[in-house]
Amino acid sequence: MLPFHYTRAGDIAEALRILSRDEGATLIAGGTDLVTLMRDGIRAASHLVDVNGLGLDEIHWLPEGGVRIGALCRNAVDDARLRREYPVLAEALRSGASPQIRNRASVGGNLLQQTRCTYFRLPEFACNRRTPGAGCSAIEGDSHLQAIFGASPQCTAVHPSDFSVALQALDAVVLTEGTRGRRRIPVDDFFRLPGTTPHLTTELRRDELVVGVELPGGPLAARSHYVKFRERASYAFALVSAAVAVEVRGGTVRSARVALGGVAAKPWRSPAAEEALIGRPLDEEAAAAAGDAAARGARPQRHNGYKVELVRRVVRQALSELG
Amino acid sequence: MDESTHEGPPSRRAFLSHSLTAGAGLAALGSAGPGVAEARAVVADPPETLPISLTVNGRRRTLRVDPRTSLLDTLRKDLGLTGPKKGCGQGACGACTVLVDGGRILSCLTFAVMFAGTEVTTVEGLADGDRLHPVQQAFIDHDGFQCGFCTSGQVVSAVGLLGENPRPSREEIRELMSGNICRCAAYPNIVDAVESAAKGR
Ligand SMILES: Cc1cc2nc3c(=O)[nH]c(=O)nc-3n(C[C@H](O)[C@H](O)[C@H](O)COP(=O)(O)OP(=O)(O)OC[C@H]3O[C@@H](n4cnc5c(N)ncnc54)[C@H](O)[C@@H]3O)c2cc1C
Ligand code: FES
Ligand code: FES
Repeated sequence: MLPFHYTRAGDIAEALRILSRDEGATLIAGGTDLVTLMRDGIRAASHLVDVNGLGLDEIHWLPEGGVRIGALCRNAVDDARLRREYPVLAEALRSGASPQIRNRASVGGNLLQQTRCTYFRLPEFACNRRTPGAGCSAIEGDSHLQAIFGASPQCTAVHPSDFSVALQALDAVVLTEGTRGRRRIPVDDFFRLPGTTPHLTTELRRDELVVGVELPGGPLAARSHYVKFRERASYAFALVSAAVAVEVRGGTVRSARVALGGVAAKPWRSPAAEEALIGRPLDEEAAAAAGDAAARGARPQRHNGYKVELVRRVVRQALSELG
Repeated sequence: MDESTHEGPPSRRAFLSHSLTAGAGLAALGSAGPGVAEARAVVADPPETLPISLTVNGRRRTLRVDPRTSLLDTLRKDLGLTGPKKGCGQGACGACTVLVDGGRILSCLTFAVMFAGTEVTTVEGLADGDRLHPVQQAFIDHDGFQCGFCTSGQVVSAVGLLGENPRPSREEIRELMSGNICRCAAYPNIVDAVESAAKGR
């Protein structure tokens, strides 16, 4: 690791000033992802800007409904009202990593964490995401953890976050602040698919920081749920996960959200699964139909065909457990 | 032991870094034209070490750290506290667990400079003189270890867990201790130990 400057920024303006004048400057929050990436030579920084002193660690309930969660709130955030009004969010956070990591990892860092694709994390392998144009070792290599939706010939990595999958199902908005002002970016637009530029993973500009996420109010979130399937019972990334939210009125589904984790370079929304639910009672049949719809259009690689069946089952399970 | 280990005049490189603000202003002004490289050349000499003060196991410590050093390495190498272990160095095992301001974290996934002003507790700081912390005693009473390599992390993690949740069920203990891997698979006894420590409170 090359030596770097270190500044604990006192306010957002100071952080932005350093970001805009030094191209190699990088933000650090909990450090639970960035530290190992730097140590392993995957990422480098000329200047580390510590954002822990920015006071962005509050949960703010909006008078008109909805809630804003500061970017520096930890993944261990345990708020009774959040648990009650946005169960899928609390469950997704709780399913991530381990208690020690959740105590340190931030909400902003969770969105911006890098893929766990083995080839990305091992500098001895070619990776377009790490080094544009270098090639993708996963295409010919081990694909059992790779994407089944939205991949490109340049990159098949998946986004590892559980939290973001819940955000996707809740129609959340990412709040940013940069030298050119503030932006509100819907989660679905915030993350990018690899295409021909897999090294660009989000819409965040280099001179911008995430200040928080905003969840809308409304009836959907209260009846929501997260199911995560992994290789062991705890302390593992999702192979496939599903975040679902359903509004039932008069015995039938009025609106629904289904988002998948572990299957794409971004939290993957499934409009087909949502449509399969609308207008019917939320029963086993509807859950199975939504599971089938969610798996449609999947393009598995050599070693990850099992993920297609997992999508079916995880979506079905999430909806059944809601019912 | 002495108050601090690494006092002394700042090195030349560290000194240069203090002129950063003035030089960086130049770089910002010149960012559209030439001269940036020169301005950077003056500015871009990162410090070899930075001073930090923090409280470790109740004692205030002031030392200089290489910004690239983890809190784990600082505790082990600069402060001689080898209770926290480096099992994996990448967040996968929990052997390096310490408490920061009472909350358990993994000290390997950190840079020590980020912990100025905090209160750090390692396994060495749990006992009260010769009187073991109840969680330590419970690990002995229940044979909560075999080789012992993971044990300091397990014990500190369990103390953190009971701070978060003083009355965990057995199921909750299993889940909330899952960030600590034990190669010897002493898990059943570890869960017994944590359960009995919780009951004894
Ligand atoms: C062993 C292990 C298991 C894990 N398991 C899971 C899991 O099961 N599920 C899951 O979801 N996650 C898991 N994680 C990942 C973990 O959730 C992330 O490491 C964590 O959320 C990152 O947050 P951080 O604050 O530590 O980020 P950092 O490491 O500090 O930063 C990560 C990135 O985010 C950027 N960043 C941070 N804050 C901001 C901001 N405010 N604005 C703009 N950019 C910012 C940084 O520049 C950096 O690029 C695991 C991690 C480990 C080590
Ligand atoms: S050494 Fe920190 S988790 Fe293994
Ligand atoms: S006692 Fe040997 S690793 Fe846990």
